[in-house]
Amino acid sequence: MSTTSLDGVGHGSADTNYLNAKRGIMSWLFTIDHKRIGVMYLATVLTFFLAGGLLALGIRAELFTPEGDVFSAATYNRVFTVHGAIMVFLVLVPAIPATLGNFVLPLQLGTLDVAFPKLNLASFHIYVFGALFLLYVLISGGVDTGWTFYTPYSSGGGADSNVIFALLGAFILGFSSILTGLNFIVTIHKMRAPGVTWGRLPLFLWAIYATSVIQVLATPVIAITLFLLMFERTVGIGIFDPSLGGDPVLFQHFFWFYSHPVVYVMALPAFGIISETVTIHSRRHIFGYTAIAASSVAIAAIGFLIWGHHMFVSGQSELSGTIFSLLTFGVGLPTAIKLCSWIATLYKGSIRMNAPMLYTLAFLWIFAIGGLTGLFLATLATDVHLHDTYFVVAHFHYVMMGGVLFALIAGMHHWWPKITGKMYSESMAKVSWVVAFVGYNLTFFPQFIAGSRGMPRRYHQYVPEFELWNQLSTIGSFIFGLGLFMILGYLIQSLFKGEKAPANPWGGMSLEWEAQSPPVEHNFSGPVVCKTGPYDFPEVEKTVGHAH
Amino acid sequence: MTNSLLLHLLGARGAQAAEGATFWMPPQASTYAADTDFVFYFIYYTCVVFFIIMMGAVGYFVLAHRQKGPDDTVPDIKGSHALEIGWSVVPGVFMVGMFWFGFQVWIDQAVPPADAMEVRVTAQKWQWSYTYRHKGKSVLVGGPDAECMKKVADPTRDIECNAPLRIPAGQPVKLIMSSTDVLHSFYVPDFRTKKDVGPGRYTVAWFEAPEPGEHNIFCTEYCGDRHGYMYSKVIVMPPDEFTKWIDEEAANAVEGALPGDKLFAMKGCAGCHSIDGSKGVGPSLKGVYGKMENLDGGEQVKVDENYIRESILVPAAKIVAGYPPTMPSFQGQLSDDEVGNLIDYIKTLSE
Repeated sequence: MSTTSLDGVGHGSADTNYLNAKRGIMSWLFTIDHKRIGVMYLATVLTFFLAGGLLALGIRAELFTPEGDVFSAATYNRVFTVHGAIMVFLVLVPAIPATLGNFVLPLQLGTLDVAFPKLNLASFHIYVFGALFLLYVLISGGVDTGWTFYTPYSSGGGADSNVIFALLGAFILGFSSILTGLNFIVTIHKMRAPGVTWGRLPLFLWAIYATSVIQVLATPVIAITLFLLMFERTVGIGIFDPSLGGDPVLFQHFFWFYSHPVVYVMALPAFGIISETVTIHSRRHIFGYTAIAASSVAIAAIGFLIWGHHMFVSGQSELSGTIFSLLTFGVGLPTAIKLCSWIATLYKGSIRMNAPMLYTLAFLWIFAIGGLTGLFLATLATDVHLHDTYFVVAHFHYVMMGGVLFALIAGMHHWWPKITGKMYSESMAKVSWVVAFVGYNLTFFPQFIAGSRGMPRRYHQYVPEFELWNQLSTIGSFIFGLGLFMILGYLIQSLFKGEKAPANPWGGMSLEWEAQSPPVEHNFSGPVVCKTGPYDFPEVEKTVGHAH
Repeated sequence: MTNSLLLHLLGARGAQAAEGATFWMPPQASTYAADTDFVFYFIYYTCVVFFIIMMGAVGYFVLAHRQKGPDDTVPDIKGSHALEIGWSVVPGVFMVGMFWFGFQVWIDQAVPPADAMEVRVTAQKWQWSYTYRHKGKSVLVGGPDAECMKKVADPTRDIECNAPLRIPAGQPVKLIMSSTDVLHSFYVPDFRTKKDVGPGRYTVAWFEAPEPGEHNIFCTEYCGDRHGYMYSKVIVMPPDEFTKWIDEEAANAVEGALPGDKLFAMKGCAGCHSIDGSKGVGPSLKGVYGKMENLDGGEQVKVDENYIRESILVPAAKIVAGYPPTMPSFQGQLSDDEVGNLIDYIKTLSE
């Protein structure tokens, strides 16, 4: 509290901030400051991303040739399973909400913390606790069910006992996710500074809000499902295993009832970041604020009704398949609206080609491909052919991994000055951007071709006619990996050698830019009042009015 | 490795394009493959056009509206209802088209032609086997071929020895599939056919291959260690050659499970179920396969492979209206093969 010395407006000059106000490892591990928690999440998530990424390179190395010559089949199956489980449960779900969301949300609301700071810390501790189970699985020989844990393989049809620990880990991680979602919902409802009306909420927060609703509603379903599966495995009560009288397709329904909406837990916050970066760095008011905010909520709602499109060939009835196909197109529309609105925001802007904008443009490219290829999988006839091939692998990497990761990197560059108080090297950022963007597309685009020509996923070896596409993909993956290491390199370098960041390097209008960089412990040095919308930049010509 | 990469890039391997193969899709070897490809390319070209429009706009805006200096001004545009409605409705119309075309092919694939030849497919870790019904005999083909295995030096390549599924050209084939262990999935890329195969139930797929040829069968549902090795071939034969082959196989066939008519007598089914249409303790089985049955409680059910299987193993699950729920369960008393043979027999009562 003494740190919030009354030095006036709280811009720039103060030397104390949330990073140096308290010292020692304990002041981090048991902090209830949302900013420190956000930073710890970011560091942890990136560490797991590194682990999952190295496993991915292992997969690509194996698939460089048609023969199974790098790993044994059993090892290969463990590698892709652990890759998937780490990337989904430990990386992509918390990737944006728990990291940048945690850091930025109270700042953008103009408040001093989330509604329940201790609960926020508990979420982080639960996350680490759950992660320990998955780490144990990793070092004790892995698990080979695929991250989807399909029954009856996972419930007794061959998978080894580590599956219990993996399930337990995912089960515990779910609580972290629920508590974070709950915390954010309450914070957005109750802690907005004067003047932050729902209509002035930055779109990042609308996205986080919609995400939190999904987390609170959908996560309990996967928790129950995983619990039932553990129950079946240990006690032998038949729920999913047909030899015990259960139904394996029931598991798929339960699993996708969570795991489809969770795609939006990953994607919506990414959309939120893009809505911020595309406006601030083009100096334009967002095109269609209401449409973008409403489409986030619409995606969250419709996202609950389309899980069956993962099961067109599972033997579910033709009628169910037809209905799920129709509803799936229903989620395509709000997504298309967002994409078009972002592009229209660039129109006649004053576009800065800096790192946040470059990664935003990469996101638009990658997400357009990811979204459009989803149409092939929403359509019944084409999905029958493409289901469980590399086409699907490419599609969900474009959406979940490319979309989320490039948005996260855009957001990290956008808020890096605020988080660390340092500026990174723009020229290094541009070079690395080229490497990462080219590497990314070279990795995943050829997978569409291998997949539509019939290459199944999760194959340790494959028929030689798919070799070319796999070789291009493997080469791309190593280039992409190099690009990511380069980004990590200059960001870390900036911590030591970077120039000191001003409070508002980008000319942002939302409230986080009112705080100094890095912010003080309780964010603002005095009471905050919001007087303008988040996208009312001074460059906007007020004379050209537009009724909206 | 890198050699073949070069060859590919130089196009040296491009010449081997098979019938109907396009850049994105494998050869078209079934009657509905061209329909699936039409839907694929309809979506594809729609996507390409929209992608070019969107990314073209991004490229143009970025070049034309780059920041020139701190005095830049930008127009006060907060949205446009006309544009927003436009980019909701136009993609919406295309999406309806995609759904509709995809739905047509889906329905086509869902309904096997009445004259389809039936083959029972059994999946197990990690091989496929096929049971034909021919001249009153069950003909089982499957598993690795012992002769072939002797010739294969590398034991991990035993996939090359898995017995193929042989079918006649120009004849619709209906597969009735089940698994003995975990989930598998039956996928023939050249046919555009895929269906999951699970334990404890039957799933159905059908196709008709107009021309003789050889095509890959892949398992596309992860099923454990050797999932990546679980493939087989479908060999489409000229009809007369197929007849010759199946006659020979039937002549040499060793009966594994008892045929359906013997089981029907042996297990005492005939005590309650007549085969001539007369009413017994249970419904007569004459003409029962394929018909809609009224259930106790007012619902209706179509008598298909899954319903008959369930009625044998869990008789009380769906009771036909007007009959008492007295039939005992045969769970544990009949093997999967025997249940399959019984179903085959019951089907003959509807012919």
